[in-house]
Amino acid sequence: MSRIGVFTCHCGENIGATVDCAKVAEMCKDIPGVAYSVDYKYMCSDPGQRMMQEAIKEHKLDGVVVAACSPRMHEPTFRRAVANAGVNPYMCEMANLREHCSWVHEKGEATTHKAADLIRVLVEKIKHNEPLFPIKVPVTRTAMVIGGGVGGIQVALDIANGGHKVVLVEKSPSIGGHMSQLSETFPTLDCSQCILTPRMVEAAQHPNITLMTYSEVEKVDGFIGNFKVTVRKKARKLDEKLCTGCGLCIQKCPNKKISDEFNEGLGTRTAIYVPFPQAVPNKPVIDTLNCTFYKTGKCKVCEKLCPTGAIRFEQEDELVTLDIGAIVLATGFKLMKTDVFPEYGYGKSKDIIDGMQFERLASASGPTSGVMKRPSDGKEPETVVFIACSGSRDRSKGVPYCSKICCMYTAKHAMLYKHKVHSGKAYVFYMDIRAAGKDYDEFVRRAIEEDDVKYIRGRVSKIYEEDGKLVVMGADTLMGGEPVEIRADMVVLATAVQSNEGSEELAQTLHVSYDTYGFFAEAHPKLRPVETNTAGIFLAGACQAPRDIPETVAQASGAAAKVVGLFSNDELTREPIVAVVNRLPAPAYSHCVGCFLCLSACPYQAIEQEEIKSRSGEVIKTLARINPGLCQGCGTCVATCRTKAIDLQGFSNEQIYAELMTL
Amino acid sequence: MRIGYYPGCSLLGSSREFDESTRAVLKALGVELEQVPDWNCCGASSAHILNHELSLALPARILALAEQAGLTEILAPCAACSNRLLSAQQELEKHPELKAAIEKAIEMPYQGTVKIVNILEVLDRLKDRIAEKVKAPFTKHVASYYGCLLVRPPRVVNFDRPEDPQSMDLLLKAVGATPVEWPFKTECCGAAFSVTRTDIVAKLSGKLVKDAVNRGADAIVVACPMCHSNLDLRRAEINDYLQKEYAIPAMFITQVIGLALGLDPRDLGLHRHMVPVEFTETAGVQS
Repeated sequence: MSRIGVFTCHCGENIGATVDCAKVAEMCKDIPGVAYSVDYKYMCSDPGQRMMQEAIKEHKLDGVVVAACSPRMHEPTFRRAVANAGVNPYMCEMANLREHCSWVHEKGEATTHKAADLIRVLVEKIKHNEPLFPIKVPVTRTAMVIGGGVGGIQVALDIANGGHKVVLVEKSPSIGGHMSQLSETFPTLDCSQCILTPRMVEAAQHPNITLMTYSEVEKVDGFIGNFKVTVRKKARKLDEKLCTGCGLCIQKCPNKKISDEFNEGLGTRTAIYVPFPQAVPNKPVIDTLNCTFYKTGKCKVCEKLCPTGAIRFEQEDELVTLDIGAIVLATGFKLMKTDVFPEYGYGKSKDIIDGMQFERLASASGPTSGVMKRPSDGKEPETVVFIACSGSRDRSKGVPYCSKICCMYTAKHAMLYKHKVHSGKAYVFYMDIRAAGKDYDEFVRRAIEEDDVKYIRGRVSKIYEEDGKLVVMGADTLMGGEPVEIRADMVVLATAVQSNEGSEELAQTLHVSYDTYGFFAEAHPKLRPVETNTAGIFLAGACQAPRDIPETVAQASGAAAKVVGLFSNDELTREPIVAVVNRLPAPAYSHCVGCFLCLSACPYQAIEQEEIKSRSGEVIKTLARINPGLCQGCGTCVATCRTKAIDLQGFSNEQIYAELMTL
Repeated sequence: MRIGYYPGCSLLGSSREFDESTRAVLKALGVELEQVPDWNCCGASSAHILNHELSLALPARILALAEQAGLTEILAPCAACSNRLLSAQQELEKHPELKAAIEKAIEMPYQGTVKIVNILEVLDRLKDRIAEKVKAPFTKHVASYYGCLLVRPPRVVNFDRPEDPQSMDLLLKAVGATPVEWPFKTECCGAAFSVTRTDIVAKLSGKLVKDAVNRGADAIVVACPMCHSNLDLRRAEINDYLQKEYAIPAMFITQVIGLALGLDPRDLGLHRHMVPVEFTETAGVQS
């Protein structure tokens, strides 16, 4: 006969005001198997827990029902308390009297009865509970950081400085990300590359960091502490060990007219190239789509000229599988293109550019060496219009959210333009100025007050070309909606920040959740902002939501702290709520008949085939076996099993039936 | 092919040539038009700002009559009419209680099943047939002017690209014309200010006329009676405002297609225009 204790909590007024807790405690005394029942104002408080522990000892209880709030809130608290009193923590269950009863019902007799019923159900369950023991799994102390922008670099450096190995995977030929493309950064106007490139070099030279550039994550198996990640190392068509980065091949490549991604299409590059002079690693790749040899079978100029013979035209992609303990996603964002704005001419005009293109125009390493020249004819623009919220906060563009960084970089752009073209006129059309951040609002005021940037509150309805000018038609809503028409030489659209190309596929590969817009979802918006719902996978930067550099770096250090914390354990403890295939004595061995429907149903690839062999090595029966390290306890296999051979520990069929039969 | 026809007031009055040319072109293309019996005013630009219920009841009666006549689809060439009919139909579909009240007011059952189409949609369906039957290609540069009511509000009319529509340009290409790259396809012509504030019309329509000529257009092509009145009937005021004699004609899309199909200009009502439909070497400007 069980000796179960029932502890009913008032949760202050939360439960006590609606449910007659004393009566509930009284009613529970009559449930068969209940040896002790009591109510208390705050069961989770220290005296409450102590009272519970004393009762367990005094009444020799072997199971406990705590009737209080949601198990999401305090199950760990009470299980710990029960364990300290010498009872297996999985012999403690919580009846949710708050969310499931007092918060959703009126005060009354029926409500009190429902509370008692919720307890009765769990008393019956506990009678069928078995003591369970946490599963211990080892930890591989190597982290993988996906994305080599400023966020990824920061995560990698922090973990590496914490003494752990890091593999930094970047899909493009160099690390550096968007930040390496920026001219100067707000709110200090310091040169972006000058502050980033030392970090890039540091990451490349760190003994604990392995760089895998021009590589993409293809497959992720396993679980926290024990991931197996397959990375595709795309063929650079080059022996990286032999290449010295002399750049002769780039100089002599005859194919020089390829649109340059790093310069956002405003410049050209060769078919064998490094994205930018400060690239890390400074080793070129061959763009096989544009290389003359791959198109016509002739050329090979680079191979003939390479002093170390490093070119490898026949090189193929390579798949590498790595053992990884934790993964940090830092895959960044993409900018909406200018061609999705019919009102702004579908991007047909070369002089309507996006914010990143302006960065390249303003950058000393850009196609104009930082001299302000408009893309169409290379003339210095005398009037430039900046349009904030281009696509952002616009439901018709599918982007109802604020892109967060545009108010600041638009102010910066207008300022940079005024610093380069003193006689020029800069106008900014805006909806609201969102400059929350240290020294941010002061920065915007500086643009307006010191650099004489004209801010106009209103939207632009149309831009059209006339006599070599761009006529910008807008409204000044602070002047009663007065129409404004500006004849500009160049227009810069602060286009929306969107989730990066391929982010949804990557999320599916890693089994992490993502939102409607393709941004990766954090485990809790306030309290767990750098974790995903998948244990062992963390987030940093704009892959989660639009972010600026300071926030990205802060979040990156946060994610790194989580990883270092995880790696400080020798082994990890997991909840034993996993499925098991039953085992019987020979000759049945199990109810499992080896149909393996469960194997295809399991979303976590946790089920494998197990052969039962005789002493002579002959296979007698093939059964399903569930890897407790991989099983997430979802129960899909239990529902699929035709012979009821699988049960979920802690939620067995027997336990659930017992609960139902009580009602 | 048989289709219901709702001409509305403009096509009987100031824009008779739109009615004439629509009938002539559709006849030539083998489309039979069946007028909605006993039709009434759609409410035009006044009803919906004066009395909401009236602005729904008037179109609802037209649609109910069309249903009674067994029509499944009606063509409303006037952009304002088709816009009013569509707006009312959608609002009644969303609000069943309003629909019941309106049915009571018009003393007729109303289902809301009739499909409302504008002239460009009908011509677009017949584009292949038009291309086949072209006898005299209209080899002019044209500015296709859609105005506001054909494409807006996009959620109501759900027609073409609201910022940069294409259907008329493609039709004009099919009859041999060359549409100019024009940013003012949907700019305001001054609309109903045609009567009360001709100075505003002169300014707004003047911008359209001037830019069309500057971009090398020989004609402005429209699909809305109100646009046509402003660009044609108010040309004197426009030219006064611009201090220049712009002679670029404003033509209905049906007139352009009619000419290309080799129909008699009189049957297309070309003689009714204030600005003569003549094409001079000076690209529409006569000083």
